[in-house]
Amino acid sequence: MKKEEYLKYVEETTKRADVKKTFLFSFLFGGLICALGEALRLFFLNFSLNEKDASACVSCFLIILTAILTGLGLFHKIAKIAGAGTFVPITGFANSVISSALEFKTEGFILGVGAKIFVIAGPVIVYGTAASIICGLVFYFITLLGGTI
Amino acid sequence: MEFLVSLIKAFVVGGLICLIGQIILNKTSFPPAKILVGFVVAGVILGAVGVYRPLLKFCGAGAAVPLTGFGNLLSEGVKEAVKKEGFLGIFKGGFSACAVGISVTIVFGLIIALIFKPKRK
Repeated sequence: MKKEEYLKYVEETTKRADVKKTFLFSFLFGGLICALGEALRLFFLNFSLNEKDASACVSCFLIILTAILTGLGLFHKIAKIAGAGTFVPITGFANSVISSALEFKTEGFILGVGAKIFVIAGPVIVYGTAASIICGLVFYFITLLGGTI
Repeated sequence: MEFLVSLIKAFVVGGLICLIGQIILNKTSFPPAKILVGFVVAGVILGAVGVYRPLLKFCGAGAAVPLTGFGNLLSEGVKEAVKKEGFLGIFKGGFSACAVGISVTIVFGLIIALIFKPKRK
């Protein structure tokens, strides 16, 4: 095997190992965050909260936890290992808002933090809302036509 | 025992949803923001056609915590509002369903920006 071939071989195998690792870690971290959420949800349900409120409390808890970790600069260290494991759950949404708020503090609180807080998470809210309104229109016409939704 | 089974279900389903995100991230050159939009819109659609509710019943936070759960919350909210209020509900339901999450995120964004200094990367 020539030197170049060997280098290529090494590069490919390490890349493959890396890919496997990122898949494994995103599964593990994502799973852990959801399991933590489930433990909290069952805990809140025990406190005679209804299903909806219990889920809302879980989101709040995870958002606040993310806020603290982001402030301390720990979140992006975890995210580097976990990849989609931290950014697909609600923690990713929270982090994208809170890290933008913190980052643009240098440009002032109105034009920096206020204007740019949704610089990353904005599209999620815009298209989420748009999609929900399209669904709402469909639901509305179904009820108009006498169907049940 | 039941508690443990619920945790495992949430772990596996939540982990798999995140794994799907990671696979899309690796196989395509989409930036994370595009993938997040995709997940939320997918959640809205899955919620609207009624696929998401059984999944939520099965694994609780495993389906609620990923962003698809956020999307589902939007479409569930719209569905409820249209049932109750008709036409105006179309524009009301989504935001009122996710109001808590977004408000808490904004408030803590401000608090964290007040307390901490941005880290130099």
